Amino acid sequence: MTWIAQNLWLIPVLPLAAAAVIAVNKQPQRKLAATLAIGSMVLAFLLSLCALSATLLHHGDGAFREVAGFNWLQFGGQWLQLSWVLDPLTAIMLVMVSFVSLLIFIFSVGYMAHDENFMRFFCFLSLFAAAMLGVVIANNLLLFFICWELVGLTSYLLIGFWYHKPSAAAAAKKAFVTTRIGDLGLLLGMVWLYAQTGTLNFYTTNGLGCLEQSALSAMVTHITAAGMAVSTAIGLLIFLGAVGKSGQLPLHVWLPDAMEGPTPVSALIHAATMVAAGVFLVARVYPLMSAGAVAGEQGVPVTTALTVVTWIGALTAIFAASIAVAQTDIKRILAYSTVSQLGYMMLGLGVGGVAVGMFHLITHAFFKALLFLGSGSVIHGCHEEQDVRKMGGLKKFMPVTFATYAIGMLALAGFPLFFSGFWSKDEILHAAHGWPVSHIPFFIGCAGALLTAFYMTRQVALVFFGEYRGSRRKEAHISSARTGTKSEPPHVGSYEDQGEPHESPAVMTLPLVILAVFAILLGFIGTPAWPWFDGFLKGEPAAFDFSRLTEGGTLGLMLASAAIVFTGLGLGWWLYGKRLRRTVEEPDVLQVAQPAVFRLLENKYFVDEIYEATVIRFNAGAAGFCDFLDRWIWGGVVLLVTWVTLGLARLYRFTDDFVVNLGFDTGCEALREGGGELSGWHSGRVQNYLRVIGVALVVLILFLIWGRKS
Amino acid sequence: MTPLQGCLLVSSLLFAIGLAGAVTRRNAILALVGIELMLNAANLNFIAFWRYGPNPEALSGLMVVIFSIAIAAAEAAVGLALIIAIYRHYKTANLDEIKDLKG
Repeated sequence: MTWIAQNLWLIPVLPLAAAAVIAVNKQPQRKLAATLAIGSMVLAFLLSLCALSATLLHHGDGAFREVAGFNWLQFGGQWLQLSWVLDPLTAIMLVMVSFVSLLIFIFSVGYMAHDENFMRFFCFLSLFAAAMLGVVIANNLLLFFICWELVGLTSYLLIGFWYHKPSAAAAAKKAFVTTRIGDLGLLLGMVWLYAQTGTLNFYTTNGLGCLEQSALSAMVTHITAAGMAVSTAIGLLIFLGAVGKSGQLPLHVWLPDAMEGPTPVSALIHAATMVAAGVFLVARVYPLMSAGAVAGEQGVPVTTALTVVTWIGALTAIFAASIAVAQTDIKRILAYSTVSQLGYMMLGLGVGGVAVGMFHLITHAFFKALLFLGSGSVIHGCHEEQDVRKMGGLKKFMPVTFATYAIGMLALAGFPLFFSGFWSKDEILHAAHGWPVSHIPFFIGCAGALLTAFYMTRQVALVFFGEYRGSRRKEAHISSARTGTKSEPPHVGSYEDQGEPHESPAVMTLPLVILAVFAILLGFIGTPAWPWFDGFLKGEPAAFDFSRLTEGGTLGLMLASAAIVFTGLGLGWWLYGKRLRRTVEEPDVLQVAQPAVFRLLENKYFVDEIYEATVIRFNAGAAGFCDFLDRWIWGGVVLLVTWVTLGLARLYRFTDDFVVNLGFDTGCEALREGGGELSGWHSGRVQNYLRVIGVALVVLILFLIWGRKS
Repeated sequence: MTPLQGCLLVSSLLFAIGLAGAVTRRNAILALVGIELMLNAANLNFIAFWRYGPNPEALSGLMVVIFSIAIAAAEAAVGLALIIAIYRHYKTANLDEIKDLKG
């Protein structure tokens, strides 16, 4: 057992402690809050690196896994344990989460500099980081669930951070309730799993964990309703939790609304880490999902649970990508893009296994965090403007943001060879192509890739190219903008400045640059020529072999996906880049060409409205009915009981007043009079008493002497 | 007359004197003195019964008397303190004038 595996719990506890200290300190101590939060994240990041290096040291000699934990509480004869696991999956997620969190914390110092609730923000951010890291290290479905719910809580708190905005409060509630539906599935799956296997530990040192062979084979043979194996049913229930958290198809509605929160929150929670927790959950319970599999062509397991994962992922990918095409809010475009990319990850998990999905998760975390922080920088620079129609031409004003944003956009679109998104997306498409069940997910994935390239080009063209279309309130700024020689304003980000956009301070651009570097470099750990990431997760050494690039149709697929990306980029540029939008009111190009389709997409396929008309109306009706019951039926019964009680009470009072009290009063009067009589005997002279005592004593003695004889 | 009878006679005399003092004296301090006399008469009884009793080797009577004397000292202190407090309150130590406990 390595030291780091034993002490892995330190990683989530550090930010947790920071959050606690920030929470109990007096309010306006910005420096303290930022120092604590960032310092704890730095330490957590260093420890994560330790964990990663520990796994790297064992890389190549089989599956490396170390578990540790403690007994938490006892009920009946059994102990509930909390335990954590160090394996490559944990290690890589730890490093990703702590690193991205660290960068976003730093970014937030700049972004939230003017917010009066700075400390609360950092407290919540630290709490979130703690919970997320807890999710990652959990070796126990219970610990996982606790942290999972904590993550949901902080998500709620941070979406509703500006709670005085009604839309933010509503979005927070929506996110909480929607994910709760999924969490119910997770909870049921957890309970069922416990009932079946008697343990919630994923792995144990003696091979009795619920994801290990003995438990799995028992669950596979046990058939439940509809001819489904118990393992499949539990897997699907757990996947429901992942659907809620990762914004997959029926429950995706909360994620775009979550953009009401501050942008660093969107970047950290609703793009890079928390929403990926669902994907991570599926990756974590992958042995359960793939239990009892019939091996596919390339040894990829095919089970009912994984097929469901695949279809949900594929449908989500295309569905959300098409919505993103018609959105105008810069963060909403990215939000739908996130939903779509999460669909890709699910697709990758379903068709290709843990490594394929996780690789996209890791690369996506970096470039999506980059894009969100970039959009935060844009919003900050444009004075809290989020509508892409009112931006434009920002390339000139914000060169650093533009350059990094372009890198993120190319990575997301999957620009060939040099960007991480290309390699991870290509791997998913390749796995989908080889999926034995159906080729449709592959085609859906390709269409999604085309749309991704298209909508990102549209966004970048609208935001960064052309003329600035926002309002310039100060005349002086207009003149300086026309000459185009405006220097960096000294009062960066102050709210009084409603002039032209400006570049963000270094504390915000530096994380962008670092993330951009990773958005490029990360792709190279998982290319077909050198599938290091795949080998790392499986515990096998990865050899460098260029020939794999060309064999098995890999090259053809790469060329095809490159062609798709170029088509998407070209189409986007042709429609939006060549003829740039001049005014804010001008209709969208697609809107002119296909008004009906555009309206459908702009309104997100009316999913919210459908939910409004069905689920929510049903709920409201049921609530109204309950209210009616409460108010008239149960309320009436309660009222009746009250009246009866009141009547009885009056009766009691009457008896008390006129029957019982009468007797008592007489008794009391007699007692008082008797007392008065007796007190008359007291002279108050102490020597009189003494005399009485003396006489009584003499009488007593005389009685003792003669009285007894007679 | 045995020594025991002599002792008992002395102690009953002492008790009678004490009782007479405590009952007749107007001054509270002198009443207290009378009470002390009665107490010591009882102590004398203890000693006498122990000394001329069936088992004079065991120091039981002596022990009781030493306890009793210690307690009497404490009681005398309390009694004097009470008298001082009463004196401060009523500006007199005459027991006939202190009769607020009259019913």
